[in-house]
Amino acid sequence: MSNSIHPIASLLAAVARGISGVQVQWAGCEPDERQRIYFANHSSHLDFVVLWSALPSEIRAKTRPIAAKDYWEATPVRRYLTQNVFHAVFLERVSPNKAKSSEESHFIGRHLIEEMAHALGAENSLILFPEGTRGTGEKVGPFRSGLYHLALRRPDVELVPAYLENLNRILPKGEFLPVPMLSLLTFGKPLQIEPEEDKDTFLERARESVSSLRRIGSA
Amino acid sequence: MLEAIHDAKLVWLYGGVLFLLLISTLIGRILKSRHRADASRTTIDNLNARIRAWWKMSAIFAAAVVIGHVGSLILFGIISFLAMREYMTLVPTRRGDHRTLFWSFFVIMPLQYYLVGMQWYILFAIMIPVLACIFIPPSIAIAGDTEHFLERASKIQFGIMVCVYSLSHAPALLLLKIPGFEGHDARLLLYLVIVDQMSDVLQYVWGKLIGKHKIAWRVSPNKTWEGFVGGVVSATALGTALWWVTPFTPLQSAGMSLMICILGFNGGLVMSAIKRDIGIKDFGVVIEGRGGILDRIDSLCFAAPIFFHLVRYYFVP
Repeated sequence: MSNSIHPIASLLAAVARGISGVQVQWAGCEPDERQRIYFANHSSHLDFVVLWSALPSEIRAKTRPIAAKDYWEATPVRRYLTQNVFHAVFLERVSPNKAKSSEESHFIGRHLIEEMAHALGAENSLILFPEGTRGTGEKVGPFRSGLYHLALRRPDVELVPAYLENLNRILPKGEFLPVPMLSLLTFGKPLQIEPEEDKDTFLERARESVSSLRRIGSA
Repeated sequence: MLEAIHDAKLVWLYGGVLFLLLISTLIGRILKSRHRADASRTTIDNLNARIRAWWKMSAIFAAAVVIGHVGSLILFGIISFLAMREYMTLVPTRRGDHRTLFWSFFVIMPLQYYLVGMQWYILFAIMIPVLACIFIPPSIAIAGDTEHFLERASKIQFGIMVCVYSLSHAPALLLLKIPGFEGHDARLLLYLVIVDQMSDVLQYVWGKLIGKHKIAWRVSPNKTWEGFVGGVVSATALGTALWWVTPFTPLQSAGMSLMICILGFNGGLVMSAIKRDIGIKDFGVVIEGRGGILDRIDSLCFAAPIFFHLVRYYFVP
């Protein structure tokens, strides 16, 4: 994978910034070239591009999104955008109840973690939406366990929470055309898995670290 | 194009604005160096920020007027866009309003300015109050969400009326054909903007200097009777003194200025009430550094349409 920024990616980032009028605040950390996993709430197709565009360009070149395979490979345009333009890491979404057995879901899960760890490599960062799907934007939904397993697998990578605000009103799920309202993006304080912290406790703490970055009361 | 430069009175008017800006910048500097660390510091910083904004606004405005009618239309179109963007961000809307909002931003607003530009008076006058206001409620209803339906429809109607329809009357002054005033219409627009903005500023300054009795403290703690009277009287005096740039006699100019000042005050009051209603303190973060455009033009939104129609009624045969 090359580490250069595709011109369409830069263009889309500029358009997304213009439409969303996003105001970025680094509240808990500073932009840094070290390897990170940015994890945020998810309510709009603009989420990734806006978050990505908020990073300085040298960091941007090494930061890849995680894209759900079933959705982003469904049409040629989507595939081109994710694969060629943004160098996305494709993952299959597994929900525990869809898998035939718990062993199978466990197996697929481990495979996915390996893929993400591999995508991180020695110098990349990832952007992850641990809710797994877009919500309504009213509250942050429960996190899937990938973030926990990936954090265990790569303890050297910093976990940075981020909160994207109002993007659900700019381009909600199911809409194709955006409404140019103003939005906010807040980066929080990096967190780590505490010694002996179990999966659910950590995921809830991670979820809380994202939702606590909300700057506007619920509208 | 460039005809504005050859209009001697317009150049004098700009000279006056430049002079005022220089004086206020100087005063701002002096105040800043005198009060290094005390309670009045925030007020002085606020004042200096306003002065910087006026420099920028004046420069953009001058450029637009020099370019000509199209420049002014584009400038006011952009102001409308930014103002409505702020308004719609602050006012709670629901998922079901999405497409109506899209139409408001990308169809109704450009169409309104296009109609002003092509001088189609009757359609420009009914586009939003008649056509858009009839279009908005059903387009929300069709999305199927009935919660707060009437409120949501009204919020969008009000926003588009104030931010787009009302404001578009300012550049519409450029298309009025006043006998004996041909080619000087940019002066009329500038007159409206100067009197309106100076009224805001002077009300603020008088309020800071001698303000005591609050007009409606629940709505806006900064608005006092002393500020109101002082600001309106001095801005009206300024407007009267500017009669020579307009087609008005001094007395007519006094009447027009007084009306601009009082309507402008009402605009500010209404916008303050809306901000209190939706809890601007929570939303302040969105606007900070990004805008506050609505705060600057609220008075203009209320003054422009009535000024336009008065001029049209009395001075256009």
